[in-house]
Amino acid sequence: MIDPVIILGSGLAGYAVARELRKLDAELPIIMLSEDHAGFYSKPMLSNALTTGKTAQTLLNGDADKMASQLNMTIRPHCRVTVVDTASNTITLENGEQLLYGQLVLALGADQIRLPLQGTGVEQILSVNDLDDYGSFRDALVDKKQISIIGAGLIGCEFANDLVTAGFQVNVLDIGTQPLGRLLPPAGGAFIQQKLAAAGVFFHLNATTQSVDKVGERMHLTLASGETIESDIVLSSVGLQPRTQLASTAGLQVNRGIVVNQMLQTQSENIYAIGDCAEVEGKVLPFVMPITHAARALAATLSGNSTPVHYPAMPVMVKTPACPTVVSPPDFNVSGEWLVEADEDGVKALYQDEAGNLLGYALLGAAVKEKMALTAQLPPILA
Amino acid sequence: MRKFQCGICGFVYDESVGDPEHGIKAGTLWENIPVNWACPECGVMKSDFEMVEI
Repeated sequence: MIDPVIILGSGLAGYAVARELRKLDAELPIIMLSEDHAGFYSKPMLSNALTTGKTAQTLLNGDADKMASQLNMTIRPHCRVTVVDTASNTITLENGEQLLYGQLVLALGADQIRLPLQGTGVEQILSVNDLDDYGSFRDALVDKKQISIIGAGLIGCEFANDLVTAGFQVNVLDIGTQPLGRLLPPAGGAFIQQKLAAAGVFFHLNATTQSVDKVGERMHLTLASGETIESDIVLSSVGLQPRTQLASTAGLQVNRGIVVNQMLQTQSENIYAIGDCAEVEGKVLPFVMPITHAARALAATLSGNSTPVHYPAMPVMVKTPACPTVVSPPDFNVSGEWLVEADEDGVKALYQDEAGNLLGYALLGAAVKEKMALTAQLPPILA
Repeated sequence: MRKFQCGICGFVYDESVGDPEHGIKAGTLWENIPVNWACPECGVMKSDFEMVEI
């Protein structure tokens, strides 16, 4: 009897590993443990589901039973792991049950960062990080009109576009001077801001939210400037924090994410990490394309054929139909600068090093058509 | 012409548009796309697409 591969987490990363592993080995026992219902759904589709006419129910691609039979594995929903013992290769569940693993895959995901805010409405601030959250969010929207989104990053901008298209009045607040500040040079930020504003989104930039109070049925946001904004609902989307606690209490090295090498292996040789919880050779990449590549490599390794992950350039599509946007974020540790061409139809921003090599790009509006040609010139993210 | 959606990332393949950047001409039926074609947004192979007609 071979000890099973145990996968902790039923998000895109956990399922990608299970799916790829099944292609290579039809028999190897696989157990997936999840803290939620463990059904499979596409997380990227949460931020445009209003426009596409989907609900939490219809977004569910397959429940745990269906997925377990499809992938010939055991799935245990609503199951929390409290201890990983690397010496005995066992995990302990909340109910005290112990399971022995042959190989353990940490696909734990990330938490939405909660800002330390004051006020009586803080508990009512919503965030959407999984399908259950999304169901609650949609329930909260019923008969409501105005929504304030704290954080103008990828998720904030995508939700803003989806909500405004669906007829909501949308405020977006951010402490920075532009939307997508971590991904776009200023000209790109200005362009997407203008397009989303034209679609009806109201931006409040350089805006630090201090408190959120519930006044009757309404939410009052007070900014550091003293300005107040009222709305029915507040959604927070200020960034992701990799889930590292289980790994660090197991004595595994943790930095921003769970530290793994190019084999996706932690310091414990039978424990691997993948997806939003993992820091692969110093890189935390919470996107789908890296998961696809990492899952293929990890599945090969788990089935006995040690295989390092290689990341090609992986452009990220921002799902803002009001402003088509694709970004291939450069490694900002490499010195370089943005070269920007902007006109009323779009923005083409190229990040180049001193020798003129292309390291990354941001394309907005009409410029997105150059995606393929430019991607071909980019260096791999992890060779 | 039909549209299909990638069950992993939500990418929509529209037969009338094709995926010309990756050598799939406009008008290419889903069944005629080669098996080694991958989703341009998330990289999963055609066989993993669980393409849902929308």
